[in-house]
Amino acid sequence: MSLVKLIKALRYVFVGAFFGIVLTKAEVVAWHKIRAMFYFQEPDLYLIIGSAVATAALLVALAKRFVPRTPFGEPVEVTPKPMHKGVFYGGFLFGVGWFITGTCPGPVYAQLGGGEFFAVFTLIGALAGVYVFAAVKPRLPD
Amino acid sequence: MTNLLLNPWPWWLAGPLIGLTVGLLLVLGGRNLGVSSSFRHLCTLAFPKSRLPYLAHNDVRAKAWSLLFVLGLALGAFVAVRFLSYQPVEFLPAHYHSASGALKLLAGGFLVGFGTRWARGCTSGHAIMGLATFQKPSLYAVLSFFAGGLTAAGIALVLNGGLS
Repeated sequence: MSLVKLIKALRYVFVGAFFGIVLTKAEVVAWHKIRAMFYFQEPDLYLIIGSAVATAALLVALAKRFVPRTPFGEPVEVTPKPMHKGVFYGGFLFGVGWFITGTCPGPVYAQLGGGEFFAVFTLIGALAGVYVFAAVKPRLPD
Repeated sequence: MTNLLLNPWPWWLAGPLIGLTVGLLLVLGGRNLGVSSSFRHLCTLAFPKSRLPYLAHNDVRAKAWSLLFVLGLALGAFVAVRFLSYQPVEFLPAHYHSASGALKLLAGGFLVGFGTRWARGCTSGHAIMGLATFQKPSLYAVLSFFAGGLTAAGIALVLNGGLS
């Protein structure tokens, strides 16, 4: 593998690691913080999501204006998300799962890396869910 | 300063840094933040002979960035726990470390996988990336996430009158 290829791969590991450190230090990975969010016991998660969205909106706008390409020449662009029924049905089901496990997809990996062995069950459950989704997808509303 | 770093981070530090992740991934990697698609890629890798189109027609090599990203995510959490924390980080509560906890995690995890793939996004892809780029489907997705979570919260409250 050439050095350029290695760096191209490693940049995703590094940005992912940054994300993992922030999610863990913010305690977004903690079951009790998710419960506290759903029971409106503390505003932290809402403030975190709100300030994350605001910062990301600003940075994405700046990036689109001033950074047309990555250092490796790939285009810097936002992929539009199409409207479909799954955002309602799937979104609702995910919300229930989020409450039960206290964990959304990013934190599943953070819990595993942070030494939370029981997150293995969350991951196995999630992969089973994807497999069943793949099997029934043709019969579901899009 | 060291105290700020080694204690749990306040929202005003953590939130903007999550936003910064979106910017870094976009300008360094040319990718839109999202985590739940990695479940699909892992599923394709776990069932390489599956004929289900959703798994079979999925070019994991082209989406390898997603798996590298979640590998980094796990490594970052390791670093945060091992080197950046005074107190042990609590992930799941003690009462989840049981057979009934494992069943809850399997069932809840099933809904997380099934639901995020049906919605084509999770908290990262819809709530952070989608809302930050003013995408209406993401707004509906996020409202649905909370509709589901709050419904479950209400049911849990009625069933066992509690926060467990």
